[in-house]
Amino acid sequence: MTEIDARGYACPQPVIMTKKAVEKNGAPLKVLVDDKTPLENVTRFAKNAGFKVTHKDLPDGEYEIIIE
Amino acid sequence: MSKIKDNLLIIIAGLAVGIASVVLVAFGNPGNMGFCIACFIRDIAGGVKLHTAPVVQYVRPEVIGIVLGSMIMALIGGEFKAKGGSAPVSRFVLGFCVMVGALMFLGCPLRMVIRLGGGDGNAIIGLVGFVAGVGVGTVFLNKGFTFKRSYNVPTIEGFALPAINIGLLVLLLAFPALLAFSTEAPGSKHAPIAMALIIGLVIGALAQKSRLCMAGGIRDAFMLKDFHLLWGFVAIFAAVLVGNLITGKFTFSFADQPVAYNALADGNFIWAFLGMFLVGVASILLGGCPLRQLVLAGAGSSDSALAVLGMTVGAAFCHNFGLASSGKGTTLNGKIAVIVCLVVTFIIGAANCRKVEE
Repeated sequence: MTEIDARGYACPQPVIMTKKAVEKNGAPLKVLVDDKTPLENVTRFAKNAGFKVTHKDLPDGEYEIIIE
Repeated sequence: MSKIKDNLLIIIAGLAVGIASVVLVAFGNPGNMGFCIACFIRDIAGGVKLHTAPVVQYVRPEVIGIVLGSMIMALIGGEFKAKGGSAPVSRFVLGFCVMVGALMFLGCPLRMVIRLGGGDGNAIIGLVGFVAGVGVGTVFLNKGFTFKRSYNVPTIEGFALPAINIGLLVLLLAFPALLAFSTEAPGSKHAPIAMALIIGLVIGALAQKSRLCMAGGIRDAFMLKDFHLLWGFVAIFAAVLVGNLITGKFTFSFADQPVAYNALADGNFIWAFLGMFLVGVASILLGGCPLRQLVLAGAGSSDSALAVLGMTVGAAFCHNFGLASSGKGTTLNGKIAVIVCLVVTFIIGAANCRKVEE
């Protein structure tokens, strides 16, 4: 599965990185983020694009988003 | 219906900002200036005597409230994170440029919407410039513009800007004799301190939770066909418009609008356009409008704190060097500064474009 490490990037970068990866490789895709704002934004983007989105809470306020 | 539910929080935040803006004007703030992050930071810069323009000196409690409200909400929600180190000096410079553009137009993007809701036709020109600027900003994003990652920084670093604002509040309440207060013109017009502070706290908290951002709404609509944040923009406009109609403050015109120059006179429309164009591009590179920078700084971002400090220093320069416009019109120095800042902003944008390998 393609993995995007968007930790530390401010919005909208995580969404742009996700968008580019989806356009290139399609789903499934794993995106790592370290803030609630990119979690919400990447989730909203992927849902709007018609994907199924789940996420897992990681330690230190990080999140693993799975886009299928 | 689900669209409305998904967007409920941002709509509530937008309506709250709009209503608060009308209320603040009714209780003393300058016309069409319930909120203006650029103008208020400029007033604070004057209040602490970084500049000495007598008409714009007042430590605005709204700004203090927004930063602290965001901090409190972020702490409660477990979202406070001390992070920084992503191109700090470039962010400082962009903050400076945002202020030069905003004071050319006479308003940040938030005040632009508030001016629109008051019937100020000049704000339409500002809006066109702002949308064009955001459009160019998104071109940079599509070309691979990005500041590099931020990293965890010591917690005290994340509390620095909130602490500065607590310091400002202490000065305002306990040692006002140390500060400068305008006795005339916009700087002298203000709602009661407690009211402005409490409204600021509420708006800061709502803006933190909802991610309200004037630049982000247009950017996401352009880039992603995502209209979520734009709902906040529309809600502010709707609430201000209705509020002004109720309080009898709506007058559509280009001339004689409060704290605004007639953009149709003396070729000023070019500069109203270019001022907000600059604000649009620089805000996109920064990742958010001035309001969003205040809110992010409250939630622990030292990168956004740098942008706020850049705006503060920029405001001082604007008045020390005669760059800022006034109700009378624009200035030659201001026009030169806008061009220079546009060049600087484009250089920062181009220098940070990189090919994305992923």
